[in-house]
Amino acid sequence: MTSTSAVLELRHITKRFGDLVANDDVSLVLRSGELLALLGENGAGKTTLMNILFGHYTADAGDVVAGGQRLPAGRPRAAIAAGIGMVHQHFALAANLSVLDNVMLGTEPMARLLSNRRAGRDKLTALGNKFGLTVDPDARVADLSVGERQKVEILKALYRDVRVLILDEPTAVLSSVEAERLFSTLRTMAANGLSLIFISHKLNEVLAAADRIVVLRSGKVVAEREAKETTRNELAELMIGRRVDRPVREPQLPGDILMQAYGVMVTEAGRTLLDKVDFDVRAGEVVGIIGVAGNGQAALGGLTSGLVKPASGRLELFGKAFERADGRHFVQAGVGRIPEDRHAQGVVGDMTLWENAVLERIREPRFSRLGCVRRQAAVAFAREIIARFDVRGAKPTTHTRLLSGGNMQKFLLGRTLIDAPRVLIANQPTRGLDEGAIAAIHRDILAARTAGAGVLLISEDLDEVLALADRVRAIVKGRLSPALSIAAADARQLGLMMAGIWGEADRAT
Amino acid sequence: MRLERRERVPLGLAIAAPVVAVIVALALSSVLIAATGVSVLDAYTRLFVGAFGSRLSLTETLTRTTPLILTGLAAAVAFRSRLWNIGAEGQFYAGAITVAALGSGIVALPPYLLIPVLMLGGAVAGMIVLLGPVALRLRFGVDEVVTTLLLNFVIILFVSIMVDGPMKDPLALGWPQSVPVTSDATLAKLVPRSRLHTGLLVALVVALAVWAIEWRTVFGFESRVAGLNPSAATFSGIALPTVLLTVAGLSGGLAGLAGAIEVMGLKGYVTTDLSPGYGYSGIVVAMLAGLNPLGVVLAALFVATIFVGADAMSRALAIPSFIADVIVAISLLTMLVSLLFINYRVRR
Amino acid sequence: MSEALDIFTTASLWAAVLRIATPLMFGTLGALLCERAGILNLGIEGIMTFGAMIGWLTVYQGHSPWIGLLAAGLGGAAFGLVHATLTVPLGLSQHVTGLGITLLATSLAAFIFRLVLPVASSPPTVVPFQPLSIPLLSDVPFLGPALFTQTAPTYLAFVVIAIAAYVLARTPLGLAIRMVGENPHAAESQGINVTRVRVGAVIVGAALMGLGGAYLTLSAFNSFFPGMVQGRGWVSIALVVFGSWKPGKALLGALLYGLFDAYQLRLQHVVAGVPYQVFLMIPYLLSIVALALMSRRATVPQALMRPYRKGER
Repeated sequence: MTSTSAVLELRHITKRFGDLVANDDVSLVLRSGELLALLGENGAGKTTLMNILFGHYTADAGDVVAGGQRLPAGRPRAAIAAGIGMVHQHFALAANLSVLDNVMLGTEPMARLLSNRRAGRDKLTALGNKFGLTVDPDARVADLSVGERQKVEILKALYRDVRVLILDEPTAVLSSVEAERLFSTLRTMAANGLSLIFISHKLNEVLAAADRIVVLRSGKVVAEREAKETTRNELAELMIGRRVDRPVREPQLPGDILMQAYGVMVTEAGRTLLDKVDFDVRAGEVVGIIGVAGNGQAALGGLTSGLVKPASGRLELFGKAFERADGRHFVQAGVGRIPEDRHAQGVVGDMTLWENAVLERIREPRFSRLGCVRRQAAVAFAREIIARFDVRGAKPTTHTRLLSGGNMQKFLLGRTLIDAPRVLIANQPTRGLDEGAIAAIHRDILAARTAGAGVLLISEDLDEVLALADRVRAIVKGRLSPALSIAAADARQLGLMMAGIWGEADRAT
Repeated sequence: MRLERRERVPLGLAIAAPVVAVIVALALSSVLIAATGVSVLDAYTRLFVGAFGSRLSLTETLTRTTPLILTGLAAAVAFRSRLWNIGAEGQFYAGAITVAALGSGIVALPPYLLIPVLMLGGAVAGMIVLLGPVALRLRFGVDEVVTTLLLNFVIILFVSIMVDGPMKDPLALGWPQSVPVTSDATLAKLVPRSRLHTGLLVALVVALAVWAIEWRTVFGFESRVAGLNPSAATFSGIALPTVLLTVAGLSGGLAGLAGAIEVMGLKGYVTTDLSPGYGYSGIVVAMLAGLNPLGVVLAALFVATIFVGADAMSRALAIPSFIADVIVAISLLTMLVSLLFINYRVRR
Repeated sequence: MSEALDIFTTASLWAAVLRIATPLMFGTLGALLCERAGILNLGIEGIMTFGAMIGWLTVYQGHSPWIGLLAAGLGGAAFGLVHATLTVPLGLSQHVTGLGITLLATSLAAFIFRLVLPVASSPPTVVPFQPLSIPLLSDVPFLGPALFTQTAPTYLAFVVIAIAAYVLARTPLGLAIRMVGENPHAAESQGINVTRVRVGAVIVGAALMGLGGAYLTLSAFNSFFPGMVQGRGWVSIALVVFGSWKPGKALLGALLYGLFDAYQLRLQHVVAGVPYQVFLMIPYLLSIVALALMSRRATVPQALMRPYRKGER
């Protein structure tokens, strides 16, 4: 039963990361026994806000008040002591240990000579029964499904008698059946006096599960609604806003198909990452793949970059199927690739710019002869990239680590585009960049498109996809939605598509 | 207290690091020396004089430097690509025994051919020895640290069998040692009436060659990428297993060459105590050199200085010559700490 | 052939199994403890050497073998502290640090030994632990002399393994150690001080390694010479993998190794014409084979060899 007493309050929280304002004067109240949903798309500031609440981050301004007391900032232990628990999106579990081990860690004094596992097991089973979160306490976490692991995460918090539970995108990795079960569990918890906040971007779930919904956009609270009093469509528009910025690009007739996938399935360690997807990329167009992280983007990027082989189905490049996964072959064939994580995959930070410039091309005759590196040629190549793509603060001999994120990405794009690739795979090309760099990268991608390249843009940023793409598809749990032409797309449709709602009725224009 | 990564390492700091490490190591070791009752100043003076003070000491130091350059290179090459080759000791012996086998008269070639062939044979022996553990790593995911270490013992036992059996020198008054290599297979002396042989020149040339390979060739490029960022290497289409196997071949070959040259230049025959731990000291040499092939030459010289000097010192004073091993071991640890401070800043 | 099989029926073989296994039991348990907490301790060969020396030296100076054991444990713990300091708060390479510790401990052992005993034509000896007959059990035919007439440290090894297994499985401390080796960030967010637990585990593990070394000079043999550990430290590291990081299985591995080694020693006398070195090679080769077989299947502690830096995600 909801009462009007506030169990938790966030007052005027503001948080900046450099120039980026992640939370802008955000205030909200959580009432006892309430299920509050924090809705917004990527980058809206939801996770940052919850991290401040739990003490992982410190706010620049504003307070967190729990049970009437101001919480000292930046300390998870203070939050735990105040009865706040958090179920993170990336579970904090030891896979090799049992459920009971993971739950009981840290709950008994270290000096104790015998762990009271029987009491622990009883308490865990009781909690499980009470809230419908039954898991075998002796099961090894590695053997559990994702849904069961999440149950363990929740049980960890309940075991410590939390009063407020935060869940970060709890259904991101769950099937719809598991999600249903989760929400009924959450309702049971609310009925038992807990107060819950869950972060989501999924409209259906938010409407079905929450009592109240707070919508965040660009770091600000834009609306609060009682779930009963709002609709999917209203929420979609609030979440995305009325900006349907027409991109500054001329419509172009796409040319031949350059890359095509037929029923491609990608698996890893038994899990299906891409589930029989078909897609094509034509010359002179940008195909935007929009989706929340963790739905198969990495696999899609790996497949199209020549790093991952399909388990079944085939991928054709310029009409030829590729048997082996070989990054170098793809590059030679004319595929330019922007990796998802520039630090981990794109560059070697401790090497110079000229070395990174020829990282993928070292075996080409122009950069090596008789097994020896042609340093002059490589240095000249790097110099050209730096000049053409406006990479600031850099010389060919500069250590790549020294570049700012934006300049590093401009350099990466440059080394890929300078040879006019026929296909460009851009995976999260502007993640973590400032406005100026984003504009430059977008300009370059559009220029490639104008020059006739086919671009596959994989991005979590809806703004970006709207600005650049000719066609948009959503990737949800390893499957691709039907394509939506950008001319026909509006905010409402895109929001629904990203939520996995691809019904016929919704596609009507 | 927090550690924050530096964006850029000033060259001065990079060069100062091993120097500081060595100084701290000498300082810490002086505590041990003082505990024996000997004057620290006296001890260190005798050490450095013992290493450089006379023509004989100088040539002796340079003689000891030769194998250390090669085992140092072996470790440096491997570690740079994150291949933990701790088996240089065994690879050294493999090279030595191969040369002893082939060079004692079986192969008849004029010296200008025989010597390179023997060196190559020693290198190949070392290569083969390392390929086993690396294959186990690639195929079964077995950490090569333990396998290369255990193999050292196996190989030394094998050498023991050989020098006490099929390869035993009947003229050696019962001592287990191999038949000496022929004079055609012996390296010339660099300085007459000393033990210093042309192997030093070979080692120096090899160091230069390794440097050139690392910094000028495609293979060197790819192996550096593989060591610095394996993910980026894979993304760029570098075949990590092939790179690893080639690096292993080079590393094992260098250690095998060290053994070959030691036999051809110094002793002429193989015993089970041919190496006073060159394989392990090579690791210290590599770390002090920051894995740089040219730095290895200087670091090898330093380590050789300590060993030769400590020998001389222990003959004059009542300090066990093991103090050299202690100094070298401490240097490794202080160098590690030094490296940390080069790459990270300490923040409150 | 029948002679080769007859070896198994001798009580002396089985007695030797335990004698050979004891230093490995200590060593493997010590390495296991470090690795469960996430730290690879390659200093084991050196620490065992140093433990052997200091234990022996203490008894040589007139103390009881038990004091010798204590000294070895403390010596091991000291090196453990150095290793832990370099690898946990400073996060240095565990491989290289461990090798450095081995070089340091080995050279210090040789240095101190040579300092105290300048000239050794034949190394001096001490009176080691005497075999301790367990009443009643040692009168059992065949098994009695074989298994129940060992020296005290052997029985101690069994006790220590049992305690370690208990602590790891059934106490909050053991759970913390295990968690810290699996997911230190999760452990930290549940209130565990990761640094403290890791450092503690390494110190205790190193102390055990020291005990293993002391067994060599105070029980198996009664004198010390540098290099007497002969790779037992590395074998212990292999046995940890073989035993899947579990004390019980590691014990089994040590015993199996003891069996192979004891057997090979006796086989030398039965098989003519094969150089003894071939037999000596067998245990090392078997260790490599064991590693190759078990590496894929074993469940490695997930955070092994990953330095923990607070606040990093």
